[in-house]
Amino acid sequence: MTNDIDSIFAVLSGVAVLLPLLGAGLWFWLCPRLGEKLTGYAASSFLGISFLCTLILFFKVDSFVQLEFARWISVGPSNLASFSVLLDPLSLALGLVVTGVGALIHIYSVGYMHGDPGFGRFFSYLNLFVVAMLILIWSDNLLGIFLGWEGVGLCSYLLISFWNKDLANAQAGKKAFIVNRIGDFGFLIAMFCLYRAFGTLNIPELLVLVREGGLADWQLEYSLWACLGLVLGAAGKSAQIPLFVWLPDAMAGPTPVSALIHAATMVTAGVYLVCRLQGLFLLHPQVLELVAYMGGATAFFAATIAIFQFDIKKVLAYSTISQLGLMFLAVGLNAPVAAYFHLITHAFFKALLFLGAGSVIHGMHHEQDMRKMGGLRKKMPLSFWTMTIGVLAIAGIPPLSGFVSKDEILLMTKLADRPWLYGLGLATALMTAFYMGRLWFMTFFGRTRSDHEVHESPANMTAVLVVLASLSAVAGVINWPRAWGGSEWLSSYFGDLVYQGSVDSQVSWGSLLMKVGIAVAGLGLAWWKYRAFVGGDDFRSSSFRLFKGKYFIDEIYDFLFVRNLRRAGELCWRVVDQGMIDGSLHLLGRLANSVALRFKRLQTGVLQAYVLWVWIGIIVLLFGAWSLGS
Amino acid sequence: MTIGIAHLLFLSFGIFAIGLCGFLTRRNALSILLSLELMLNSVNIALVSFSKLHGNEGGHIIYFLVITVAACETAVGLAIILNLFRLKKNIRVDEATELRV
Repeated sequence: MTNDIDSIFAVLSGVAVLLPLLGAGLWFWLCPRLGEKLTGYAASSFLGISFLCTLILFFKVDSFVQLEFARWISVGPSNLASFSVLLDPLSLALGLVVTGVGALIHIYSVGYMHGDPGFGRFFSYLNLFVVAMLILIWSDNLLGIFLGWEGVGLCSYLLISFWNKDLANAQAGKKAFIVNRIGDFGFLIAMFCLYRAFGTLNIPELLVLVREGGLADWQLEYSLWACLGLVLGAAGKSAQIPLFVWLPDAMAGPTPVSALIHAATMVTAGVYLVCRLQGLFLLHPQVLELVAYMGGATAFFAATIAIFQFDIKKVLAYSTISQLGLMFLAVGLNAPVAAYFHLITHAFFKALLFLGAGSVIHGMHHEQDMRKMGGLRKKMPLSFWTMTIGVLAIAGIPPLSGFVSKDEILLMTKLADRPWLYGLGLATALMTAFYMGRLWFMTFFGRTRSDHEVHESPANMTAVLVVLASLSAVAGVINWPRAWGGSEWLSSYFGDLVYQGSVDSQVSWGSLLMKVGIAVAGLGLAWWKYRAFVGGDDFRSSSFRLFKGKYFIDEIYDFLFVRNLRRAGELCWRVVDQGMIDGSLHLLGRLANSVALRFKRLQTGVLQAYVLWVWIGIIVLLFGAWSLGS
Repeated sequence: MTIGIAHLLFLSFGIFAIGLCGFLTRRNALSILLSLELMLNSVNIALVSFSKLHGNEGGHIIYFLVITVAACETAVGLAIILNLFRLKKNIRVDEATELRV
């Protein structure tokens, strides 16, 4: 009986992964034959089926299923890695978000990418991305996760530089890929260390070994390095300090890509990884402490940069970095449920915000500068109202989802007794409300500051906006605190899969009021400053140069790493490659040439001379053989 | 006087030496071909002599093989000489040096 159910699960999860993979191979060359509409909706429906499979799995799987499809790498008697899925609350919850939001964004893209020459290619990449993401989430071993990890990195690269006719886009893609490689290096080191310490890469086995305890000192030391490597990997993928520089540039891709990959799903992979391996990280509280401070610092710094951006997508990109920082803050303080909760609500409202921004950009004929927008409230009413919900959600206005999840993180920070981090969190919340208000007022209010013929986006785009807006509004219920009459479903769903410090369930109206006050104050400040915005620069004082220049991080990295690497590369090229390798080969060639020039004279072209040489040779050989023989 | 193996080998060696000298000194392609035939047939004499000495047929068999191949080779050689003559109006090998570097 259990075998029957297992095989059903295997079919469902197999279909969920392989159907988009099939699609990725199809749309590329089917698009010119099928036409745009059919291709786009077929790609979306593949994702829809994938979502349905995940939904069934979500309802039918109780607690834990591990299925092996095929062996991948066997080392000696043990099985290093296999193509297998691990279905548990952690992976299924994120799987639902990926396939669900993914399907919605596919539908949206049908409208957004209308008329693009690379339409089929775009949907192939999108489907491939979902496959890689599902592999990342569902694999039961670290090598499988790494496969998905690299896969999403590849798709991210392909989609950032999707409009590759423009050199800047190609370079943005390259930057994202290379910065991610640094993180991947950490991930690889972590895998080596874990295999050395525990002899397995299988996550359930690993966690059992860790939970049993009784580890030797050298094992602990290896696992410490593994944890640090994993943090580096997570920081790369989830755009945290010090590797966040690629995400703002990644906005060069089409907006649905920014929504799906660089806001809702891929960038949360780091959070997922740390949650998944929480048991391992608990061995080293100091690493979790590092994660918490890294997250808090990232949240704060990214928010300060976001305030000064004019590109609507750049604002959202820095906002994403900031929100991811909050998630890492929660993970670091042993509140993975809060982090996961924020991850899910953030996936909804940030996807909504990006798609809303995309709708605005689409309506403005690819204008992304907020200074040239303004007054779009009347012209794009649906985009305006859905964006409003997104803005209020991320700013933290109750009872929208963003408020509940962010409040939980802040509460956990407060309970963890880290006043500095709590202060950073509150400051971030204030700045978040301010820059989202700034974006909202600059885009939708005031006078129109451009001469574009603005139009509302087509129905397939706005419909997705409406769905995501309603999700952003109500997603808070999945972990509504008990103190406010909720059930904290997500906590009970995860059960003892992750460890979360207990939440003080008494309602502190004072702090609640303070958080709402902060959100309202941020929005109010934005209203006060931008109610009559007429364009131009909004922070003229030169004291803001540091923020406007994004702390000159790009320039510092360029000075410290990029240029030196380039110099080292040139050294290798000129001295090692051209000088030593090419030089020695050229020397050999010239040697052979000069010897050959001397011996060329033997080739007289006279037949008898050749025969004479042959005879002399034979006589020498015979004589040699004879003298050796005797 | 009985003819022993030594006489036969001397004959063979003599013919071979004549053929070799001709091969090395002549300029006429036809003469060179004739010299080549001389050398081949001197080897044939040696083969048959050894066959007689050892009392088995191996030498005879190789002799027939050599004579067949020599016929083919002469045919090819004559064809080449014919073409050389058509090309250059003479068959002097020391003038056929076009392929020299």
